Amino acid sequence: MPDIVLLGLNHKTAPVELRECLAFSSDETVAASDILRKEPGIRELMLYSTCNRIEFLMVTDRRDEVVGAAKRFIADFHGIAVPQFDRALYINTGDEAVRHVFRVASSLDSMMVGEPQILGQIKEAYFTATRQKTSGVILNRLLHRAFFVAKRVRTETGIGDHAVSISYAAIELGRKIFGSLEGKKALLIGAGEMAELAVEHLLRQKAGEILVANRTFENAVALADRFGGKAIAFEEITGALEQVDIIVSSTGSSKPIITRDQVRGRIRRRRNRPLFFIDIAVPRDIDPRINRLTNTYVYDIDDLKGVVEENIEERNREAVKAERIVDEAVVHFRRWLDSLDVTPTIVALREKVQRIAAAEIEKTLKGMGHLDEKDRRAITRMQEATVNKILHDPTIFLKRNGCHGDNAVYLDVVRKLFRLDERSEN
Amino acid sequence: MHYLLITVTICYLLSSAGYFAYLFVQHRTLYRVALGCIAAGALLHTVMIVAAFAGSGYFPARNLQQTLSLAAWAVACSFVALQLRLQLKVLGVFAAPLAAVAMLAASHLPGGAVANEPVLRGFWLTFHVVAIFLGEAALALAAGAGVLYLLQEHAIKAKKMGFFFKRLPSLDLLDATGYSCIVAGFTLLTVGLVVGLVYAKMVWGRFWSWDPKEVWTGITWLLYAALLHERLVVGWRGRRAAIMAIVGFGALLFTFLGVNLFLSGHHGDFTKW
Repeated sequence: MPDIVLLGLNHKTAPVELRECLAFSSDETVAASDILRKEPGIRELMLYSTCNRIEFLMVTDRRDEVVGAAKRFIADFHGIAVPQFDRALYINTGDEAVRHVFRVASSLDSMMVGEPQILGQIKEAYFTATRQKTSGVILNRLLHRAFFVAKRVRTETGIGDHAVSISYAAIELGRKIFGSLEGKKALLIGAGEMAELAVEHLLRQKAGEILVANRTFENAVALADRFGGKAIAFEEITGALEQVDIIVSSTGSSKPIITRDQVRGRIRRRRNRPLFFIDIAVPRDIDPRINRLTNTYVYDIDDLKGVVEENIEERNREAVKAERIVDEAVVHFRRWLDSLDVTPTIVALREKVQRIAAAEIEKTLKGMGHLDEKDRRAITRMQEATVNKILHDPTIFLKRNGCHGDNAVYLDVVRKLFRLDERSEN
Repeated sequence: MHYLLITVTICYLLSSAGYFAYLFVQHRTLYRVALGCIAAGALLHTVMIVAAFAGSGYFPARNLQQTLSLAAWAVACSFVALQLRLQLKVLGVFAAPLAAVAMLAASHLPGGAVANEPVLRGFWLTFHVVAIFLGEAALALAAGAGVLYLLQEHAIKAKKMGFFFKRLPSLDLLDATGYSCIVAGFTLLTVGLVVGLVYAKMVWGRFWSWDPKEVWTGITWLLYAALLHERLVVGWRGRRAAIMAIVGFGALLFTFLGVNLFLSGHHGDFTKW
């Protein structure tokens, strides 16, 4: 029986300094698989490297040998001694390796549980492996199952729901207020990574014009150019409150930039259209009492952090459901893997042919009442001999490991050709 | 006829259960089943009303049982119509139980005594009743949307992303739904009232007779007129509009039931039991 071995390290076991030393770029991945596939013990191989993990997924008959070879390979490729990374490595085999792959693809092993990129990265790595023909019947099945599990996890649990970054949480809130953000005008006051990220999210949601205000007008012009918006003077902010719908503020000012009275005077002129303030600054730019005005909503950085924390808790709760889906899939995969063992396949094949022949003989004999017991026995013997002769060559072939190389392929084909998995699968 | 009444009631009850289950579990099948139930109920209910109309020659709004049943029918019909235009599924939590409760009350009332005056026959009277009931049902839905709006707004203002925040749609959709319902409801109500006034002139020789129901309907109508006027002129929306929609519905309920139970007048006959 071939063994599935997974060897790797991730954000939990290795610090970023080590991960960047050991990472493979996509070209390096191709080169690495080309070298490693020549290792005699490795039957199938796939390797993936993202910023949070580097993992080697292998199918082999000689586990320990292959693990050693993989470690040596990593050391040689990156010019780093094995003891330097050995402690960060985890080595999973059998069901544990299968579970690990399923969990990674479903984003349960990610730094931010539920983040969607990892599935794409695994798919990419798998397509590289298929192009290079380093994957075989077992990895193909394993990865297709992994994609299926990931999809199930995504649709059946809320693991990917709700924003887990401050800026995206703000955008999600905006959608709960405005419905669609399409065409909504935004005003960015000040600058800063989080605030700019929020504006980028807004643009991606097809927001309307972006106004930019800054104490230094030059900076405002530069940012406005970047977002394809319009720079306004700091003094124009009060007037702008009449047109914009969303205000993102992030200045270093020690006093509030927008006061309650400033907003109150504009509400009627805005014909009560809602206003949404996102205050990312510390100390705060927006007077919190503005939140009490009608159709006006203020979220400061702590409020947004609170939303994000709640969302993360929610995701962790959903992860429990996801683990159950993964466990189920591991059991199914194990069943399939066992079926690739030679003996059960031969037994199942024999049973099936025997059953068909016996049923046909019985049908025929029913209509031949003139035959005596001896004739009947002779016909039955003939049927058994025929079955044995038909199955002789295939049995020998399967037992001798298909003459060369990968038995799993032939076992899989036989099972499909004779539909031996009708009951256990699907 | 009684079997039909029970079947319709069961449809509305099932739909209510479906919508509540949908509120908690958020599974699409539940919502589809619930919508199917209320739509089937509304269809059967229409058959029932038409049959009663054809059987007696009077439009079946002549005692409290029939009036309540008609109110439930109007709520169910206007909700199904709203679902075809705006996808505010969660409003079913309000509409289906409303229809179910009205039907339950109707099925527990005796159906015997009816007002039998020739004045109560004819196309214009039927038109008057149907327009007003549908209009009132739309205004009831507006109040439902208003309640949902207040819940969602509270969640956002208080920064408590709890049960309702996740399940309710955006404030904008809730507000827009409430507004559409009020426009539709107010229009129907106005048309129904005008027809009623004209009909009163035809049969009694006067437009307005200070009947309590007339007075209260006038008050309710003014309330909604004020709400719409403010919306059009200064853009009243959101919280205040939602509260007004709920207050308006309170006045409407009193006009519909309270007046008949506590005060008397020429509309009182239709709610005898």
